[in-house]
Amino acid sequence: MKMTGAQAIIECLKKEDVQVVFGYPGGSVLTLYDALYMSGFPHVLPRHEQGAIHAADGYARATGKVGVCMATSGPGATNLITGIATAYMDSIPLVLITGQVAVSFLGRDSFQEADIRGITTPITKHNYLVRDVRDLPKIVKEAFYIARTGRPGPVLIDIPKNIFAEEIDFEYPAEVNLRGYTPICEGDSQTMNAVFDELKFAKKPLFFIGGGLNLSDTSEIMQKIIAYTGVPTVSSLMGLGCISSDDPHFFGMIGMHGTYAGNMSTTETDLLIGIGVRFDDRVTGRLDQFASNAKIVHFDIDPAEINKNVRANIRVIGDLRWTLEKFYQKLQEKPAKEWQDQFKPWLEKLSGWKKEKPLTYKKDTDEILPQPVIEKICEITEGNAVIVTDVGQNQMWTAQFYGFKHPRSLLTSGGLGTMGYGLPASMGAQVGKPNKKVICICGDGGFMMNCQELMTIADLNLPVKVMILNNQSLGMVAQWQREFYNSHYAHSCMRTKADFVEIARAMGVPAVRLDKKEEIEAVLKKAIFSEGPFLVDIRIPEEEDVLPMVPTGAGLNQMILGG
Amino acid sequence: MKHTLVVLVENKPGVLTHVSGLISRRNFNIESINAGYTEEADMSRITIEVDADDEYELEQVVNQLSKLIDVIKIIDLTGKDRVHRDLALIKVKASPENRAEIVNLAEIFRAHIVDVNKETMIIELTGEDVKIDAICELLDDYGIIEIVRTGKIAICRGPKAAKDL
Repeated sequence: MKMTGAQAIIECLKKEDVQVVFGYPGGSVLTLYDALYMSGFPHVLPRHEQGAIHAADGYARATGKVGVCMATSGPGATNLITGIATAYMDSIPLVLITGQVAVSFLGRDSFQEADIRGITTPITKHNYLVRDVRDLPKIVKEAFYIARTGRPGPVLIDIPKNIFAEEIDFEYPAEVNLRGYTPICEGDSQTMNAVFDELKFAKKPLFFIGGGLNLSDTSEIMQKIIAYTGVPTVSSLMGLGCISSDDPHFFGMIGMHGTYAGNMSTTETDLLIGIGVRFDDRVTGRLDQFASNAKIVHFDIDPAEINKNVRANIRVIGDLRWTLEKFYQKLQEKPAKEWQDQFKPWLEKLSGWKKEKPLTYKKDTDEILPQPVIEKICEITEGNAVIVTDVGQNQMWTAQFYGFKHPRSLLTSGGLGTMGYGLPASMGAQVGKPNKKVICICGDGGFMMNCQELMTIADLNLPVKVMILNNQSLGMVAQWQREFYNSHYAHSCMRTKADFVEIARAMGVPAVRLDKKEEIEAVLKKAIFSEGPFLVDIRIPEEEDVLPMVPTGAGLNQMILGG
Repeated sequence: MKHTLVVLVENKPGVLTHVSGLISRRNFNIESINAGYTEEADMSRITIEVDADDEYELEQVVNQLSKLIDVIKIIDLTGKDRVHRDLALIKVKASPENRAEIVNLAEIFRAHIVDVNKETMIIELTGEDVKIDAICELLDDYGIIEIVRTGKIAICRGPKAAKDL
């Protein structure tokens, strides 16, 4: 069928079952936007390209589908950079379509020209510059395939303006053939025997789960494995929700702001089984003291993750959808009762730690503390909401005090730690999950970084509930300054005359301020059960810290405890 | 320890930048890198000499490079029976009085004189890097003006191509 490059892209999106694109028009993509207009393809217009890509990212995390984002050349494309890096660090599947100046203008510093392929090379799984319109269907097909298979990630396609207008005989390829890319799905069954043998002799084994379980939608089989063996389990930030927080085998998040039971068990374990984790430095603390008494088993789809930060004694490479099934089968060679008896004393020890030093906070205060606010949000939503956080103290309090129960229920920028992520990502999540309660928990600093998206949320009448934990400062920065820089609050205070409630109303979102402790429940309920979007400006004290905390350069058992 | 890696890649623009960029971004120490066409029109061959502290670091280099979509295959030639070569062009001061000496020296190393004028000569030499280092040391006495070296390329002995190893 004869069509233009722009029409071909729309056809490709339909073939890939794309439901919606997030994008922002501009000079070099006008032909593409005309084709979108003519075909009536669903499109969300944010107020900034960074909003568009975080929204596509939130959409992908909430739904498990590939998020699609479009932008024009030059500044439009470079405004995507933070979002691309965010998605790359957390392995989120995205396809990004950027406009480029016409081929004849390439390399001449033309108006709105930027070498976006060069700029995004280190932060994309792969990228393309289309030079011939006939390659377009093949490239789009490859881009979606690469983004969603293997270890997922963002793929960028840069398309010069003239390519959108040129005609081709459209045919969508049925198959992808890339000789340098054969994503690993099935690993080596032999490794299961090795893991089985280690577990058989272990006294204090520990499962350490991560975002890989979310990405591969394998939390169900993981829950079976945990229930069958009775092995205690801890999680990274990205793994929260994969195992319900009220599971008696679950001991919370480990790392810099991890639980006492989690961090102590990591220090004491004799067999740490990491599953879909990448041993980030925020998790391990001081490397030579991390699980130093343990043999390490590492399940991952990406061979480059093995031995990158932590040396593994046994590597189990493969898609978790394959390896966990195999592992579960292998475990059946020993009855559940025997496994559970074997690990019972160890499980009891962890339960003791949990009881002795739970996550806690000051109870006798008239101020509104963030921790009980998060607990109350959890109570009102019965732990069933999709929670999107920004980055900093708000993110850590949410991770600690919202009892996550379901996979894909915490969307957060884990690897890159992108401030300004929360609001636009919650917008994308709500587009992808219209029937779910989506709640954005952010700080006042991060909220301001992309607050323009309130307007988009209002325009689309998306029922996103925005909870600003407002301490009038960059809370996590201030906490570090308090702890390690003699309380020199170098430019971390944001006492302002501006009013978030007024800002929200001006952008079309109803809002209230919460500054009385006795009103917490009523205000939160009003916000959460309201029909459309709602914003609550929650005034919390400036000097509230996130605790426990493991200082940089310390081992996980050297925590500063709170309460 | 130094390792010689053969990286077979798609013959497309930007791939060499991608490979070298990845190596520097991951903080690995690269000694030399060399790219060229191969017997297959759509494949290029990059030879990388990389200095790895231990087997784990080398494994990381290989695994990270393997993730690039345009990288078809990586073969570690270290320890394999192989031929490796470096090509050097050396411009050295050569007055009429010591010209003969330099020609003798070049002959001993089986180097070629590829250019002569009143003041200088250009010597072309292929060989293992230690051989090139040796001639450079000797020529230093006469005054080296300029050296250009290609960096190492390597190929396995025996009937098999690297891609079949």
